[in-house]
Amino acid sequence: MSTALKLNVEPLDLIITGVGGQGNVLASQVLGRALLKAGYNVTVGETFGLSQRGGAVMSMVRVTRDKTMGPLIPENRATAVVSLEPLEALRVLGAYGNSEVMVLTNDRPLMPVNVIAGASNYPDLSELKAALENLSARLYWLPATKVALELGNPILANVVMLGALVGCGLLPVGLAEIESALAEMFNEAKMPANRQALARGLELMA
Amino acid sequence: MADLTKLIPGQIALLQGNEAIARGALEAGVAFCAAYPGNPSSEILETLAESADSAGIYAEWSVNEKVALESAAAASFTGLRAMASMKQNGVNVAQDFICNLTISGSGPGGLVLITCDDPSSISSTNEQDARFIARLADLPLLEPSTPAEALAMVKFAFELSEEIRNLVVLRSVSRLSHTRAGLVPGKLPGERPKPYWDPKTSYFTMPVVPMHQKMHQKLARAGQIMAQTGFNRYEGPELPELLIIASGSSALYASEAIALLKADQKAGVLKLGCTWPLPAEMLLEHLAKTEQVLFAEEVDPFLESEIKAFYAQNVTQLGIKRFFGKASGSLASTGENSPGKLAAAIAGILGIDWRALDKDYADKATALVTALVPPREFGFCPGCPHRASYWAIKQTLAVDGRQGLVSGDIGCYSLGVLPTGFRRVNSVHCMGSGLGISSGLGQLGRFGFNQPVVSVVGDSTFYHAALPAMVNARWNQADYVLCVLDNSATAMTGFQPHPGTGQTASGQGGCKVDVESMCQALGLSYRIVDPYDLTATQEALYDALQEGGGLRVLIFRRVCALVQGRQGGHPYRMQIDQEACRGQECGCNRFCSRVFRCPGLVFDEASGVAAVDEVTCVGCGVCAQICPAGAIVAQPKEEVAA
Repeated sequence: MSTALKLNVEPLDLIITGVGGQGNVLASQVLGRALLKAGYNVTVGETFGLSQRGGAVMSMVRVTRDKTMGPLIPENRATAVVSLEPLEALRVLGAYGNSEVMVLTNDRPLMPVNVIAGASNYPDLSELKAALENLSARLYWLPATKVALELGNPILANVVMLGALVGCGLLPVGLAEIESALAEMFNEAKMPANRQALARGLELMA
Repeated sequence: MADLTKLIPGQIALLQGNEAIARGALEAGVAFCAAYPGNPSSEILETLAESADSAGIYAEWSVNEKVALESAAAASFTGLRAMASMKQNGVNVAQDFICNLTISGSGPGGLVLITCDDPSSISSTNEQDARFIARLADLPLLEPSTPAEALAMVKFAFELSEEIRNLVVLRSVSRLSHTRAGLVPGKLPGERPKPYWDPKTSYFTMPVVPMHQKMHQKLARAGQIMAQTGFNRYEGPELPELLIIASGSSALYASEAIALLKADQKAGVLKLGCTWPLPAEMLLEHLAKTEQVLFAEEVDPFLESEIKAFYAQNVTQLGIKRFFGKASGSLASTGENSPGKLAAAIAGILGIDWRALDKDYADKATALVTALVPPREFGFCPGCPHRASYWAIKQTLAVDGRQGLVSGDIGCYSLGVLPTGFRRVNSVHCMGSGLGISSGLGQLGRFGFNQPVVSVVGDSTFYHAALPAMVNARWNQADYVLCVLDNSATAMTGFQPHPGTGQTASGQGGCKVDVESMCQALGLSYRIVDPYDLTATQEALYDALQEGGGLRVLIFRRVCALVQGRQGGHPYRMQIDQEACRGQECGCNRFCSRVFRCPGLVFDEASGVAAVDEVTCVGCGVCAQICPAGAIVAQPKEEVAA
C-alpha cells in the first residue's frame, strides 16, 4: 500500500499543536522517524521548555525529497494542522493558516487555568468549530480523546490523531511505517494499545 | 534520550540538534563531559550520560556551570578531550573562569564550551546572546545551522582547540538544539590517551600582559584555520543587489525568504558558521561585490556591529555601502527571526511588493482569533507541591499582616510571580539571587524596614548558587525565613539528579548531600514540613515569621507531582459533594476555581457547581483543604476500587 503513496506537496509543512503534556513532541518525532526511513528529507522543529506547565506547545514537521528546510514553517504557509486540542488549532491558524490549509483536530477541550479561574472565556464549541471551518479548506473534527479513553488512557489521543493523519491522504507513508516508528520508541508491552489507537484514528477518517 | 554509540556509521538517523552535538563529541573522542541542566541545553549531557558506559567516557551533572567547565579544563590539562555544556545564563556563571582560562590556555586535550541560547526566551528568564563571551575572552566561535553541521563543527572544535591551545565556543540556539533532522553519523574512535599532567607544567595567567598578547595571537591563528573549513560559504548571484550576512538558524530563514520572494537573482546569502574572529578575507571579497548588506542573526547585533567596525577600517578600499539590520530597524532588536520576518525585511529593502497572505484571509483570521482565543497561561501541573507551598505562604503572610515580601529564584517555582503562584513572588532574577536579595532586605530593620521577608529556593538551585548567600546571611545575621521548596528533582529541566538526590548523571549512587546537613553545618535550626498539609505548613511558617532574628529555615519537602506520577501516582480520587457545593449561591465566589487555579478543578457552568476534570486531576488531595463548605472530597483510591 505504502509504495503507492507519494509526496504531492513540497515542502509538506505540518504543524502538530496542543497543550504541554499531550504528547505532541512524541507524535512529531514518530512522524519524523517514519518519513526519514521512507527516504524523505525531514526537519522537525520542537517548541518546548515550559511545555509541561500547561502552556501551548507546537511542533513543525517539514518534508521534502531533498532540500534541507529550516526549523520554522514560514508564517501562513502550513499545509496541514494536527491539533490535540481544538482551541489550539484556532490559535495556530492565526499565525500559520491559509485558505488551502487542512485541519484535523481533537474535539476535547482542555481548559486554560485562566478560563477555570473565570478570567477569560473558552469559546462555545460550535462557534469554535465554525471558525475552524471558516479558516480551513477542510476540517476534520475528531473525538480522539473519547477514543483514547475507550482504549483505556487519554494520553493515546496523540496516536489516534496520527492514525487520522494517515487517513487524510497527505502523507507519503502509511500506517505500517508509522507503526514501526512507534515500535522503535515504545517497548512491546505498550504496542498493542498504540496499534489500536492508530487503527481507530484511521477509522475516524473513513 | 538514547545511547548514541548504537548508531550505525554511515546510516542516516533522525537526531535532535543536542543529540548531534553529543554524537559529534563522541566521534571526536571526548573523554570528559560536564554540565549543569538548563533548557535548551540539557539533552546534550543527558544523552552523553546515557552513552557513557558503552562509550567509556565520564559524564557528570556538576553543581553549577563554573564547576562543570573547570572540571572539563582539568581533563584537558591532562591531555583528554573535554566538553562543558550550558544554557546562556550558565556562561555568566562560568565567565570568571573563562576570562582567566583564556590567558592560561587549555591543555593538550581539546576543550570545547557549548552554549545553547534561547532567542525569544522560550524557556528562560532572559534572551541574552552568549556570543559576547567570544568577543570578551578572545575565543573562536562556531555557529551551526543544522544538526548535521553541529556534529561536524563539534569535531572541528576539538581539533581547533588543540591546535591553538585555547577553549573553543560553539553556540547553538533553541531552534537548533530542539530540531530533529536526518544526519549520517561517522565512526567512533578507538584508543584514548592516558591522562598525564607533567608536574613541570603550570596553567597560570602571569605575567599577564605578555600572556594577554599571546591570547590575541591564538585567536588570529584560529581565524586562519577557520578560513579553511568551508563552514563559511556564499550562495547567490555574483554581484548581488543585496548581500545577506547570516548565522545559525537565520541563514536557513534567509534562504527560504529569498525563495518566497523569488529574489534569487537579486539577493545572496553569506552564511557564516565561523563567526569569531571575523573571516576578514571573505568579508572583504563579498562586501566589495555589493552596495547593500542585511544582517540576519539572533539576538544581539553581534556580527552587525563588528562587521560595520571592520568595514570602517577598510572603507577607503570598499567605498560607500548601505547597512540594514537591527540598527536600521529592518529587523527587530529582540526575539527570534523567522522566514516571514526576513522576507518582509528583504522585500522592504529591494522594493518587492510582498505579503505573507491574502488580505481577506488575514483579516478573517485576526478577527476570529482575537474574538475567540483566550491566552493559555502557564501554570503549575495538577498536584504540584509548589501550588500548595505558595498557598500556604500567601495565607500565612496575609494572617501575619505586615505586608511580607517573597524573593524568588530559578526553577518551576519562578512561576510564583504568575497567578498560578497567586502572584506571591516579588522578585526573580538569576540562580541563587533570591537569597542575596533577602540577605539585603534582612539588614534593613536598622533603618526602620518592618516587612517580614521570605526567600524561596528550589533544591537544585540551593546547591548551584544559594549556598554562598546562605553563609552570608548566617554570618551577617540577616533576618529572614528561607523556604527550601524541595521536590527532590531538577524538575524544570527534566528531572536531572542533584546533590540532594544522591544520584549521579550516569544513574549510579553518589554521596548524598542533603539540605539538612548544610543547615547543621551552618548551625542553623530548621523544620521539615509537607506542603500538602496546608495547616501544618502555615503554622510552621507563621511561627518562623514571628521568631525574628537571623536566618530561619523551613524545608518544604514533597516530591514533584510528575515524578510521583511515574512512581505509582497520588493517593486520592477527588469528588465534589454536589449537595455541599452551593456554587454561585455560596459566599465563596468560586474560591476553588477562581483563586486556587488547579487545572484539574474546574467550574461546571451547566450545573453551577465545582467539578473535577478526571482527565487532568491526579488526586493529590490538597484542594479538599481549601473549600470553606467542605464540598471537595478526597477519597482514597483503594476505597474507590473496593
